[in-house]
Amino acid sequence: MFNKPEIAISATDLTKKYGDRVAVSHATFEVSLGTVCGFVGPNGSGKTTTMRMLLGLISPTAGTATILGESINHPERYLHRVGAMIEGPAFYPALSGAENLRVLADLGGYSIHQIQDLLERVGLGDRGDSKYKTYSLGMKQRLGIAAALLPNPHLLVLDEPTNGLDPAGIQEIRELLRTLADDGTTVFISSHLLSEIEMISDSLVMLRKGEVIFAGKTQDLLLRQQPTIMARSLDPKDLLRLVQIAHDAGHEGSIINDTAHILGPTQWAPVLNRLAFDSGIVLAQLAPVLPSLEETFFEMTGDQK
Amino acid sequence: MNRVFRAEWRKLRRPTLFYGTLIAVMGVTALVTSLLFLMIDSGNGNSREGQLINRQVLSSFKGITIGFSGSAGLLGLVALCVFASQTAQEYTYGTLRNLLVRQPKRMTLLAGKFISMALFSLISVILSAAVSIGLAFALAERAKVSSELWTTADARTALIHTFINVFLSVIAFGTIGMILGLLLRSPISAISIGVAWLLVIETILSAVVKNSAQWMPGQLINSIASGGDFNASYSHAITTLLGYLAFGVLVVAVLFRHRDVSN
Repeated sequence: MFNKPEIAISATDLTKKYGDRVAVSHATFEVSLGTVCGFVGPNGSGKTTTMRMLLGLISPTAGTATILGESINHPERYLHRVGAMIEGPAFYPALSGAENLRVLADLGGYSIHQIQDLLERVGLGDRGDSKYKTYSLGMKQRLGIAAALLPNPHLLVLDEPTNGLDPAGIQEIRELLRTLADDGTTVFISSHLLSEIEMISDSLVMLRKGEVIFAGKTQDLLLRQQPTIMARSLDPKDLLRLVQIAHDAGHEGSIINDTAHILGPTQWAPVLNRLAFDSGIVLAQLAPVLPSLEETFFEMTGDQK
Repeated sequence: MNRVFRAEWRKLRRPTLFYGTLIAVMGVTALVTSLLFLMIDSGNGNSREGQLINRQVLSSFKGITIGFSGSAGLLGLVALCVFASQTAQEYTYGTLRNLLVRQPKRMTLLAGKFISMALFSLISVILSAAVSIGLAFALAERAKVSSELWTTADARTALIHTFINVFLSVIAFGTIGMILGLLLRSPISAISIGVAWLLVIETILSAVVKNSAQWMPGQLINSIASGGDFNASYSHAITTLLGYLAFGVLVVAVLFRHRDVSN
């Protein structure tokens, strides 16, 4: 378990209790080096608490974890290679954005000459000298990401980094994270924007009430869910017959907005097409659809849409 | 440690805090020293608690230090506010988590912060000394006080002793501020409770409970600044206060070392 160089984060039975309340319960998961791993779960599911334990900010009640091969009991051994933004950006209001970064660069022993480049990288190149208290939420978020990039990190731990960003900003951050991952940086990111997570993540860790309910490749999670075949016929009256044909073949279905939704794997779509043709039904559209991460999330966590 | 010091110094040197505090320090010292000379013939006294420091005392070789040492209490309160706010604001701004990610050795972080604030205090004490000595020379003739003995070797020695004592008292006030900041995690609470205890509660207790001043931290700090006084001897003040501070520092160090950072 320890010192496996190909693993960026490895948690085993990581647990945090506050009195009788269990914030994180026996969390066990791994994040491979050089990948983007989404960390998802409803509010209060223990994401931030887990991230804080990984960064040495709070002590686990039980369990262990390693970051870049080092135990979380010795954060000084790995944090110089880790960039982090936890629970939103936090800076000194009276200092400028650039000066805030200089404080952290001094503290971590990083060069302050890279700060202008970092500010430009996150889209704050012309606002670095403005006081932090004058920043919008999106700008504060960008500064937080710049601070996380200060150590040229091997591992980035980001808690809701796209909060407060407009769609263009979200896209910029997505591209930035993807570029970092392509360059070998491991990104461990939590977000409520599941579509974003689905787009950039190679793997996922899903929490519900402090427990890990899935840890693995994103695609594996989606494939584990029941895929659907959506079919439309030239004559809408034929849809009832189509659903009956699917039912006779062992696949349940329903009609929603003139479209038959039939539960079945992608490979069964051509079979359905042939059965429909044999019954004289002409299909206008036939498309196998995988459930989205959002649908999977709601199904697995039982969270309300 | 050096890195923590540099980071903390970057925060302390921001103009509004740095120059604002130093101007306040110079103002306080100028006020105390001026009153000492300008009110010398006033029936209401010219020093703390209405005491009268007469021409004979001011003309002695120790006379040059009286204005400066008289400012120590106010300099200490400024230090208490700076130490308390610089420490507690890390909690209220949520910046402590950033600091601990970049410097996970918590004791190193605390020590670096303390040293940088101690340097800030040292600068304020030097400035205060300069203002007080300059004003004393400037006002001596007008107040008909002889400054002949102020340039002797004895005066220089007294000045050095006073400087050390004032600096120690300012650091003691600052340490109390830092302890309160770490315990209460709120600048307003730390400053208000600190000032209320040192200025109000101790004064009342000292007045109503006989000999209690020799056990009160604020009174002991004042005794140190004066090099020992009617409340407590210098050695008693130093040892008792060191005991209090060591206990306080130990408690907050253990808390800071082990407390979860969840804000």
